[in-house]
Amino acid sequence: MQRLGKGFCYVVLVIGAFLSLFPFYFMFVSGTNTNNQILSVPPKLTPGSELFDNFSILAGKVDLVTSIWNTLFVSVVYTVLALLLFSAAGYALAKFQFKGKGIIFGFIMGSMMIPTLVMYVPLFEMMIAIDMTDSHWAVILPLLANAFGIFLMRQNMLNFPTALMEAGRIDGVSELGIFFRIVLPNIKPALGALVIYMFTSMWNNFMWPLIILGSEEKYTLPIALAMLDGNPTNKDYAVILLATAVATLPILIIFLVFQKQFVAGVMGGAVKE
Amino acid sequence: MNKKQLVNQKTIPYVLIAPIVIIFTVFMVYPILRSLYLSFFELVSGSYEFVGFKNYAALFKDKTFYKSLFNTFIFLIVQVPIMIGGALLIAVAIEQKFIRGKAFFRTTIFLPSVTALVAYALVFKVLLNGDHGLVNYVIELFGGKGVNWFYEEWPARFAIIISITWRWLGYNMIILLAGIQAIPGDLMEAADIDGATFWDKLFHITIPMVKPIILFCTITSTIGTLQLFDEPYILTAGGPNYATITMGQYLYDNGFRYLKFGYASAIGYVMTIIIGLLSVFQFKATKEEN
Repeated sequence: MQRLGKGFCYVVLVIGAFLSLFPFYFMFVSGTNTNNQILSVPPKLTPGSELFDNFSILAGKVDLVTSIWNTLFVSVVYTVLALLLFSAAGYALAKFQFKGKGIIFGFIMGSMMIPTLVMYVPLFEMMIAIDMTDSHWAVILPLLANAFGIFLMRQNMLNFPTALMEAGRIDGVSELGIFFRIVLPNIKPALGALVIYMFTSMWNNFMWPLIILGSEEKYTLPIALAMLDGNPTNKDYAVILLATAVATLPILIIFLVFQKQFVAGVMGGAVKE
Repeated sequence: MNKKQLVNQKTIPYVLIAPIVIIFTVFMVYPILRSLYLSFFELVSGSYEFVGFKNYAALFKDKTFYKSLFNTFIFLIVQVPIMIGGALLIAVAIEQKFIRGKAFFRTTIFLPSVTALVAYALVFKVLLNGDHGLVNYVIELFGGKGVNWFYEEWPARFAIIISITWRWLGYNMIILLAGIQAIPGDLMEAADIDGATFWDKLFHITIPMVKPIILFCTITSTIGTLQLFDEPYILTAGGPNYATITMGQYLYDNGFRYLKFGYASAIGYVMTIIIGLLSVFQFKATKEEN
């Protein structure tokens, strides 16, 4: 029986790992083959020599550099703002008593239960009213109302030693100084988790940018990908898969470098460094 | 007055929380209320007209809405248990003492959940292609009959279920792993001494101990599934014949394609109510069992 369990576990894990990896392999390898090779039965599963040709076709169809730049811009700005605002809010909620704290925290937590989609119609209306549609700021700002990020920061600050804050006060450090120079440097792992979480969620975001961005020169990568696929003339899967590979590669690299932060971000408040 | 007096120990929490309060008020509280308000209005030639419960009444007669509700629930009832069960199985397997290469399995199985929904959906669109797809080739290799994934009702639903499961299983596995790691080691050792098998430990120790985490995964997955949008949009565009349209996509179509803001808001509110009810129900169900 024990043996059976052992073999069973390995079978489950090997199948799981294979199924998880294979679509990545298929995506990367297909970018180096032709559309016909991908659509032949069975498709060609070994690397080919069409990578550069596919790249030049892709470059003729979408402005990849602009899309990458746009995605990078919204993701970086969003992450920096989130880092600053969420850590400040988390610090206030974890380490201070103040009027309205219960209501604010309760509302933030409760908002996790509300479907984001409900907000999109009024937000879209708002952006039309202030003439901000088709703007990257319209993509960034509303998504800062993100309860999970704030919760993650609060959880990680709960155990921050109050004695360190007191020591700062005795040394005459200002309250903002305590936050920036004592608290933040001491919770770097949690900040890392937040950075990864925020960056990937914006890099991969689809629906809200799809609603807000109207012109091609503003498109982020997911929108550019969807448009590439949505264009029915001469659908070239090699080019589409190459584009998905280009959109996926940066996140994969970031993931492999910052694995620990990724996992900490997913586990949320459950993990303490 | 100098700066030090303005920002002191008493005022600092307000300074720190103020930006978030403003952001939540403008981009969360206001839209939630505005959406409720809009759900009682109709946009007629550029201006809003109060129509009472007309949007909701129309919704309850709308066949496509019922279809979107049905599809969303199929995704929920079939996909969430498969995914959470699979995630639990893999998490338990990884945590077995004898397993070598734990980090490798953890990383590779988590990998799908960093990809953009649009990107992976496009990959699955090619893999599941009815005439040329690799999946059908493999099915036929084993003597089965190729499936017309995107042009038949149930296969199209399963195409989406397969895709979402691939994307989110590892994510839930990592969360469950945290729960399993928190189980006291001596509990397992005691069970080993008593001669408990792998399966005994799984059903009598691991699962009962991680029940709250399973609940957490179930609730977050439920909320996610009810808002499903990206995958059906890319894979099937809601077709064939609305077989895979989700509430999220129906809201999108009404709000942003046909600009029926009032109707879209009503859909959003029905979704909110359903999510609320399901969460309460799931909480209750787990509580009663304990």
